[in-house]
Amino acid sequence: MHNALLGLLLAAQSPIGEAIFTSQCAICHGQRGEGGRGPALTRAKLRHAPDDEALKRIVRRGLPGTGMPGTWLNEGELIAVAAHVRSLGQAMGAAAAIPGDRPRGEAIYRGKGGCAKCHTVNGRGGAFGPDLTGIGARRSADHLRQSVIDPAADVPPDFVRLRAVTSAGGRAITGARVNEDTFSVQIRDAGGVVHSFWKTELRELQKEPGKTSMPVFRGVFTAAELDDLVAYLAGLENGQ
Amino acid sequence: MRLALLLFAVSAASVFPQVPYERILHADREPGNWLTYSGGYASHHYSPLSQINRTNIQRLKPAWIYQAHGREHFETMPLVFDGVMYITDPPSDVTALDLRTGRPIWHYRRAIPEGIAVCCGQVNRGVAALDDQLFVATIDGHLVALDSKTGRVRWDVEVADHKQAITLTTAPLAIKDKIIVGMGGAEYGVRGFLDAYDARTGKRSWRFWTAPGPGEAGNETWAGDSWKQGGASTWVTGSYDPELNLIYWGTGNPGPGYDGSVRLGDNLYSDSVIALDASTGKLKWHYQFVPHDVNDMDATQIPVLVDAVWQGKARRLMLFANRNGFYYVLDRVTGEFLHAKQFARQNWAERIAAEGRPVPTLRTAANATGALVYPDDDGTSNWFSPSYSPRTKLFYQNVREKGGYYFKADTTFQSGRMYLGATKRDIPNEEAYGALRALNALTGEKAWEFRMQSPPWSGVLATAGDLVFSGTMEGYFFALDAWTGKVLWRFQTGGEIWANPIGYRSEGKQYVAIAAGNSVLVFGIE
Repeated sequence: MHNALLGLLLAAQSPIGEAIFTSQCAICHGQRGEGGRGPALTRAKLRHAPDDEALKRIVRRGLPGTGMPGTWLNEGELIAVAAHVRSLGQAMGAAAAIPGDRPRGEAIYRGKGGCAKCHTVNGRGGAFGPDLTGIGARRSADHLRQSVIDPAADVPPDFVRLRAVTSAGGRAITGARVNEDTFSVQIRDAGGVVHSFWKTELRELQKEPGKTSMPVFRGVFTAAELDDLVAYLAGLENGQ
Repeated sequence: MRLALLLFAVSAASVFPQVPYERILHADREPGNWLTYSGGYASHHYSPLSQINRTNIQRLKPAWIYQAHGREHFETMPLVFDGVMYITDPPSDVTALDLRTGRPIWHYRRAIPEGIAVCCGQVNRGVAALDDQLFVATIDGHLVALDSKTGRVRWDVEVADHKQAITLTTAPLAIKDKIIVGMGGAEYGVRGFLDAYDARTGKRSWRFWTAPGPGEAGNETWAGDSWKQGGASTWVTGSYDPELNLIYWGTGNPGPGYDGSVRLGDNLYSDSVIALDASTGKLKWHYQFVPHDVNDMDATQIPVLVDAVWQGKARRLMLFANRNGFYYVLDRVTGEFLHAKQFARQNWAERIAAEGRPVPTLRTAANATGALVYPDDDGTSNWFSPSYSPRTKLFYQNVREKGGYYFKADTTFQSGRMYLGATKRDIPNEEAYGALRALNALTGEKAWEFRMQSPPWSGVLATAGDLVFSGTMEGYFFALDAWTGKVLWRFQTGGEIWANPIGYRSEGKQYVAIAAGNSVLVFGIE
């Protein structure tokens, strides 16, 4: 125990943890742990990693069912990375203040934005888009802001948009990819209906990378409204 | 009741004869059985049965499914003879299944200690049969002989101490009176070897060190004491030429896999194919595919032995679709390099020079900012079996088209811990994919390919019905026209397919079998 603590102290002052973080973790968690596709790590308490053992375990094995992969780092490197991640939380103190008003943001979410038509929060809302329950714990405020004004900038892999045209009748279906394999594809359309095809039944099947069915809200909201909406989304840290 | 007992006794007697060496030697004379890992010593992994063919494949239906309760996926290659199928269930159990019904006849269950260090799953790829015994290599480092009638243990010997991170997942190979068994563990800085054991007693007959020590040839290709952690494990079952009495076996990556600076030199016999005298274990020749590898280019693929006319002269050839992305043709008498042809995306070599030595690009060693490497450490090919059809003269290989970024990491050796020298990250949003490629066996030129959504972990079986069977990670077991690659049949098994299909005959009817998820599925025509 003493040795582990000593290791942590030494590691916190060594550049190894930072170097590993910058080259391998920052692509999702941001250069300073501010978050991105992966959650912000600039918090005193991490949801999946209440202690350093848990943090090292996650870095080593990854988190199944999320985008977090495992690594081959050895014990010394794991200690160093864990120490660096902890230092990110301490450096920031309380998470940087997010401007905006959460209740007003919720009103925009349900009203002007019409977000609930396609997104679920705490079991309420549509299912065409990603579930936003707890999204504040998984994405940074900057990433959420970008997703609102430029949703195509980073489309989650399970919401890749596909366009399929049937051989018989030339019917076109556009929607999110539920599943695709060598022989078949299932697509969820905007109405929530799942269409299943054998690829041999399709005349055309196009992946539309960088495209999303989500409307672009750039210019739709005032700057203050956008702040409010982002504050509401970033505040959705609990649930499920 | 008495009649039922009598019937059982009669069928039991007919169900359990023996598998002498001569039967394996002439496996081609009994195409209804599958007697050894790759179907025969030449490792064609080919079924000479043609009852199921291109005209009736549409009628292929599941005959039975056996579901196991393993923690890991099945990688088992079943053996089939005399009315019984023998499979291994992960981690290191063995089950005998009645061929008519799929019902278990006996189980061998092995208690596995906690905390076994194994890089890639507590899996097992099957048993070897010889005379009245079966042989299983276990994840905790033992070789066990079982009575094939009952599954009772005849003997149980330690091949290596699993606490040193040497583990066994491979199907042994029975040759004459010996059981050949390989080992894994090169991700943990172990020293590789290939062993032979007396089938009757379990006494070790010979050991060949694939990372040679002082005084052994090849030791000079390792700087200092680096051979001690030199890896070069032997975890995929090899082949055998009975007339030359030579065993051919692929060897794995050197240790540490991604940091060459601590093991300067060519690092023999890592990433090689070795030819050993089956009686003595002495090295006859070797060919190293990747000298001084820094990308985990494990040469643990199946050497496929074919006799053919090569440039006007009849020769004994070895075909080898290496995970490094090149297809090789060697002379298996001498080890002479004859030909190499790239068959998948790779960026580690400019080319293979005329004498057989690669010209490396020197761009793929792990570094601080991430070196892009094709293929990634899962390889273009891997342990999953290719198939060679003497009818089409095509070599069928499943191919993984996927890259990765490799970052330099700490290389401190600690026994029982990973010893790699790098860590890996996937390429964001990479459209990795798979393909079943049919290659001209002598040139490596692509005749056709069948694209798969994901990089596969399934082997291939070609049959005399001019069909090619294989599987996908999304659970499809499928059949293609062996001449054209056209899809003729498919079945959704419900589990990822990490296994090689086999073919056999039962009560006059042809079947194909595949393990998928935690099940073994058998298909026939009603």
